[in-house]
Formats: sequence, C-alpha cells, structure tokens
Amino acid sequence: MEITPDTSGYMIAGYIITFLTMCIYVFSIYRRNKNLKQDLETLKSLDTKKTKKK
Amino acid sequence: MQSKPIVLSILDVVSIIVLGVAAYLALVFAPTELVMGDVQRVFYFHVGTAWVGLLGFILAAIAGIAYLTTKDMKWDRFEVAAVEVSTMFFFITIVLGSIWARPVWNTWWTWDPRLTTAAVTELIYIAYFMLRQGIEDPEKRARFGAVYTLLGGLSAPITFMVIRLFRTIHPVVIGSQSAEAQGGFSMTTDMRTAFFFSLFAFTIIFIDLIWHRIRLGRLQDKVEELKLNLSL
Repeated sequence: MEITPDTSGYMIAGYIITFLTMCIYVFSIYRRNKNLKQDLETLKSLDTKKTKKK
Repeated sequence: MQSKPIVLSILDVVSIIVLGVAAYLALVFAPTELVMGDVQRVFYFHVGTAWVGLLGFILAAIAGIAYLTTKDMKWDRFEVAAVEVSTMFFFITIVLGSIWARPVWNTWWTWDPRLTTAAVTELIYIAYFMLRQGIEDPEKRARFGAVYTLLGGLSAPITFMVIRLFRTIHPVVIGSQSAEAQGGFSMTTDMRTAFFFSLFAFTIIFIDLIWHRIRLGRLQDKVEELKLNLSL
C-alpha cells in the first residue's frame, strides 16, 4: 500500500504567503488612504489661504 | 471625502467570515489527497485566486472599452482597481502553484505553456503600472491605460485556454486534460464543496477590495485636482 507523503510544510508555507500577501495589500490600501486624506486636508487649508489673500 | 457606505462595511465583515470559512473547508473539512498529501490543499486557494485574477483582467479590458467610448474617468478608476487587485491575487496564484509543484513535479518552476502564459500575464500587468507612472496628464494616462488593458486582456483567455489546447503537464480541473498532465486528481464531494466555496469566497473578497480601491482612486483624483488648482 502506498504511503501518503508528508507535504504539510509546503501547505503551511502556501497559506502563510497567501494571508501575508493579502494583509500587506489591505494595509497598503489603508496607508495610502490615510496619507491622501492628510494631503487633502493640507491642500484644502492652502486653498482657503490663497482665496483669502485674493 | 464621503463616509464609508454601510454596505461596504457589511461586505468587509462578510469577506473576513467567508475567508475564514474557505480556509476551514480547505484545511480541515476537505479530505487529504492520498498521492500528494496535504500540499494538495493549496489547490483550493490557487484556483480561487486564479479565478478572480483572470476575471479582473477581463473586467479591466471592458472598463478600458467603456472609458474609450465615454471618456468618463470613473471607468479609469475601475480599470486601475481591477488591475491592481487582480495582479495581487494572480501573484498568489503563481506562488501557490510553484509551492505545489515542488513536491508533485519535483521542481519549483518549469517553462510549461500554462506557467509561461501565467508569468507573462503577471508581467504585463506589472508593466501597466510602470506605464501609468510615466504619464503625467490624467486624460492621456487613462487613454493609454485603456488601450493597454484592452490588449493585455487577451492574455487572460489565453492563460485559461492554454492547458486545454496544448500538451502540458498542468492538470485540468474541469474538462479533459493532456496525457502528459501530472498531479491531477478526482474530486470527492467534500473536495468539491471546499473548491466551490473557495471560488465564492474569493469573488466576495475581490468585490470588497475593488470597491475600496475605487474609493482610493476617487480620493487620489481629488488630491490631484486640488494640486492643479493651487499651482495655477
């Protein structure tokens, strides 16, 4: 009878890489969103100052 | 900035739940394949990510056509979102395939028709972002991007069909496979459950991520517009 090989190490590596990649991507969306919101606030305040000067 | 829609918040929660259930079905519920052992379990996420990866590339091509005909920037935002999310998922597909191949084919990589077309597809879409980075004018960038995704979109059906048209060692899950195929197996009922749920779960996660990425694109456009106004 054929013995099933132990390939669980590959399986674990595969799932770790999958979850890690997805987590990194979600974090990158969160980070870019946060930075853009900050940029938007700064630009809005600069725009208001510019309008007042006029 | 618009506040986050309630439907999107619900979709976030649903995505986490379905991902958890898909992982449970793949790692615990599905039986161990007798010839390959536990490594066969990566197959469920391998096919799930490949499905949404190729779907996104086709949707991006359709969005490209929509942009070229309407010139509406919302299609450009959708196109970028589809390409970005799909490139990430397709990267996972390739890595999982390589991990599975090591014990089954005794190699991490081989220039088989399926593996080659998959690698070419991934590189095409990595180059898409390099192309966009190099163009300053938003309209020109959107136009070039649309044409690029339209041509790049051809690689998705080619990648899907290649194992059905050529002699390849890559197994075929649905349909007849080449006599050269190595690592194929017959799915049991529990394996089918895990397989189809994985396809469903990744579709939900894909929609959720695309939605988030579209919102990010909208914010990027606002910032770009304000920067332009201030510089005038």
